[in-house]
Parts: sequence; C-alpha cells; structure tokens
Amino acid sequence: MSDIDRVVTVPIGPQHPALKEPESFMVDLRGEKIDAVRIRFGYNHRGIEKGCETRSYTQDLYLVERVCGICSFSHSTAFIHAVEEIAGLEVPVRAKYIRTIIGELERIHSHLLWLGVAGHEIGFDTLLMYTWRDREQVMILLARLTGNRVNYGINTYGGVRRDIAPDMMPEILKVVDSLEERTKHYIELAMREQTLIQRLSGVGKLSKEDALFLGTVGPTARASGVDRDARRDDPYLAYPDLEFKVVIDDHCDVYGRTIVRLGELMQTYSILRQLIKKIPDGPITVKAPRRIPEGEAVSRYEAPRGEDVHYVRGNGTEKPERVKVRAPTLANTASVGKMLEDGYLADLPIVVAAIDPCFSCTDRMVGVRESGTESRGAGRKTMTWEEVSRYGVEWHKARGLDFSSLGIPGGIEA
Amino acid sequence: MDVQAISAELQTRFSLPEGALKVQRATRLWVDVDMAGFPALFDHIVKGMGFNILCTITGLDLGADLGYIYHLAHDCGIMVNVKTRSPKGSTVKSVTPYFPCADLYERELVDLLGAHVDGLGPGPRYPLPEDWPVDEHPLLKDWTPKGATPAGDAPAAGAPAATPAQPASPPPAAPAEKGSTPA
Repeated sequence: MSDIDRVVTVPIGPQHPALKEPESFMVDLRGEKIDAVRIRFGYNHRGIEKGCETRSYTQDLYLVERVCGICSFSHSTAFIHAVEEIAGLEVPVRAKYIRTIIGELERIHSHLLWLGVAGHEIGFDTLLMYTWRDREQVMILLARLTGNRVNYGINTYGGVRRDIAPDMMPEILKVVDSLEERTKHYIELAMREQTLIQRLSGVGKLSKEDALFLGTVGPTARASGVDRDARRDDPYLAYPDLEFKVVIDDHCDVYGRTIVRLGELMQTYSILRQLIKKIPDGPITVKAPRRIPEGEAVSRYEAPRGEDVHYVRGNGTEKPERVKVRAPTLANTASVGKMLEDGYLADLPIVVAAIDPCFSCTDRMVGVRESGTESRGAGRKTMTWEEVSRYGVEWHKARGLDFSSLGIPGGIEA
Repeated sequence: MDVQAISAELQTRFSLPEGALKVQRATRLWVDVDMAGFPALFDHIVKGMGFNILCTITGLDLGADLGYIYHLAHDCGIMVNVKTRSPKGSTVKSVTPYFPCADLYERELVDLLGAHVDGLGPGPRYPLPEDWPVDEHPLLKDWTPKGATPAGDAPAAGAPAATPAQPASPPPAAPAEKGSTPA
C-alpha cells in the first residue's frame, strides 16, 4: 500500500487555530484529499432552553438574546414574535419598522464580519482589515440607536424600548451610503480579483439537489440555487411593505456564497432606505401582560445565517412551559460533510467558514471540573443556576473583584 | 396554496377528530394526531402535499407522555406543525428517511428528553457530552442535577476561594485573543 492509499485520521478541534468556536471534525484523509468527515457538536451547549423554563418571560427575552453574540437581535425577535402571537399582541407599525431597521443593520454587520473572516481563512488579511474597518460604522450606529454594539435589548413585549429620533434618520442613511460604496468595491473585487475567484471557485461544492435534500438554509442554500427566504415566503415585521430581491446564485461553492452575501448587502441598503422613507409616526409599544396565556406559536426569522426558528409554549403563568430554538447553523451542519467530500484538507477552514457557522447559536450546561480531578467522568460536576451564580461571584472575589454587594440570585447575601 | 384548503384536505383524507386541526393564521396550521395515525399523515404531508422543509422537531415533557412537534414548511410559506405523543419509554419512528437533517434534531430528543427513536443511525451524542449519564435528561420537568447543592448551603465545590497563595488583586487585563471573533 502506497502512502497515498493509506487513510490517516486528522482531528481538527474542538480547539484548533482554524476554528473560531469549539467543534470537532475527525477527518479521514487519503493523501491531501478528504475521504470522510465525522462531525461532533455540542461544546457550546449552555442549557438556555431549560434556563428559559425557570425564568420569567421578561428575563427570557434577555437570555434568548444571548444565544448568539452576532445575530442576537434575530433570536430576540424570533422569540418575541412567538410570545406576542400567543398573547395576541398587535405591535404598532412604527415598532415593526424599528425592529426591521435593527434587524437589517444586524445583517450588515454579520455579512461584513463574514467577508472579513472568509478573507482571513484564505490568507487575504487585507480584506479582513478593510471589511472590519467598514463594519465599525454599523457597530457604532447600532450603539447610537440602541445603546449597545450587540445584545441591543431594544425589543420589549408589544414593541420596542427606544424610538429612533428624527435626527438619527439622516445618520442611518449616511452610513448606508458609505457602506454601499464600500460594498460596490468588494463586489468589483469579487468579480475581477483572480486570486479570490480561483481560491473560492469549485471549493465546498453543494448541488441544489443536495442543498434541498439536506435542509440547507440561508445564504448557503441560496448560493446553491435554492430560492428561499423567510422575509418573503413567510413575511413578518415590515417586510410585506418592502420591495427586495432574494439573491440566489448557481455557483454552488464558496465563491457563490460570497456573491450571495455581497448581493444581500446591496438589498439591505435598499431595504433600509425604504424603511427610513416609509416609517410612520405613532406609538412604539402597547401594554403587554406579565402572564402569557396558554398556547403555542412558532416563528421563523431570516437571520443573516439563515432561518432561525423559535417555538414557545405558554401555560398561563409568568414563565414559559417550553422554549425551543433552532439556529440556522444546526440546519446547515448536514451540508458541511457533503461540501468537504473529495475536497482538500487545506480547504476545510474556508468551507466551514463559508456556511458562516455559529456554534453558540447551534448548541445553546455548564460542565465544571472539580479541582484536582480529571476533566472527564467523575470529576465533572453539574451545577444549579444558583451554584453557577455563586461560582461566578466567588471566582471574581478570589481575584479581587467583589460583586456580592450587588445582590444576585441564588442565596448570595446582598 | 391556501391553509384552509390544506386543513380541509387533511380532515377529509384522515378523518381527524374535532379540534385536531387548528388554523392559527394564514401561514400556520397545527395538526394533532395519535402515534398510530402519525406515519401516514406525515408521509402525505411531506410527499403528497410538498412540505419538503423540516424546520425542526420540538420535544415536550407532557407528564406520562413525551410530545413531539414536527415543524414542516412549504415553499409557499405555510408551516404545518404536526403534533403527536407517546408514553415515556416507548419508541417513535425516525424521520431521517424523509429528512437526513433530522438526525441532529432527533439526537436532541434522545439526549434532552430521553426519547427512544427507532431508526436513528449510529453517531455521536448531541448536544450532551459523551460522559453525560445516559439516564439524565435535562429537559424533563422533574430533572434536577445529581449532586447539586441546594441554594444557601456550602459554597459550590470547585468554586475557587481566595487563599494566601492567591492574594486579592485586580485581575490582569485579558490579552486580545488572536483569531477570535470580537463583536
């Protein structure tokens, strides 16, 4: 047997320089080519669904927003839509427009972030520097509109917590104009820069049939010719009032996924101009009950990475009976194995990055190793929420930061 | 495609009991079916009516039973939520022959609720770690972490206490992590 015929298994992750978050790929190689991949997720599972059952709806809104640091608004909005539907709340139109503005700004920062990561993965760090510099404009704008760069906390049951002042509208348009020019430059680059085109073309192939069969979502699916977008197909917020194109591409590879995201950025700029032009005056919230009636609802939200699905079941109390989160990355994991088939090991980082994975979203338990024990098996300890709180306070206290006077839940003395 | 027409077709074809179908809005239909009738109804919705998107599967602890909701969507935007239930300990058929992407959704049901899924192929656990006890399912309503200390008792084991060897001092600034994804 020649060396080239021998199968060698290379473990990539859960901790690996090529990965931004912990996940495990056991890659069987014949020479440089990938024979098979076994993927293991779950390293970021934090028990958020269980946590929601033990908290009030108000607390859950902020907890769910922390499912992900990038598409935090997507999760918050998907969740709140389900709760509002159970409660029969009719959100004011102005609030719907504000939510849509924040959602689309989030899409810009997510897609620009992705473009930079993609550049980094192929050794094109100049692109990373440029796109992340540009992305700062939208991050600063989000901070001005909501008070935060991420985890905006702008949603509240029945509407939004903050209005957008009239003098902020031109500021939004200024950022849109600036980023549109920059995106045109990146599109030209994607069309003409041979290094980029040749490095991404034919890499991570996923046919339309496979994308449909494997349940792929978002830009990853649309880059394989799948014409689906929840904003158009199952419209919510202000999307029924807006004109926009669902960007699809038939390259079926990483290059196509780049084209789709750049095209979606251009659509988002158009959407934002329409929103600023059409946003009506009026209230931004209606009164919402603390107790949510018995009932259930499921919402679909087109997050930057694809369709986000939240199911909520109310039991007539202040706490939900069940919350279920399906993040887009979970839907796209089945397609990653297919994309890597017969590919090269060196392509793995960009192929994985090209679905714009978010494993925090996907996994949503805190395992703590007791001092002096092994990291697996009997040394692992499960903690209650109160213990987690106390652990955090003690951990910081031992390092000179005493938060105990703040009074946190779990029996900690105020 | 109209949600009322879908509801009428399912009613006619499967003679569902009163209250089994609920149109929530123009793009939401809920169907309640017992486990015996589930395979035929599911097959018809997927293959006969073209609901070829499995958005996810939700598992529920319903006391003596486990509940399952299959969230199926159509390209036209309508979502049909097929609800069924079976006693805890009984098996439910895997839908991976229809949707390979159901693999991870069903592994979640197994890990978090203790469902028995017939036809689910071999593979790693998801989302719990491989050394997590096989009989502990965190989403069951009566689940409590084994070995957990009730609130207000002694500090949690593993929580680092300040010691002479670890004087109280401001923590050093965390170095910027190369390759991390800042927000």
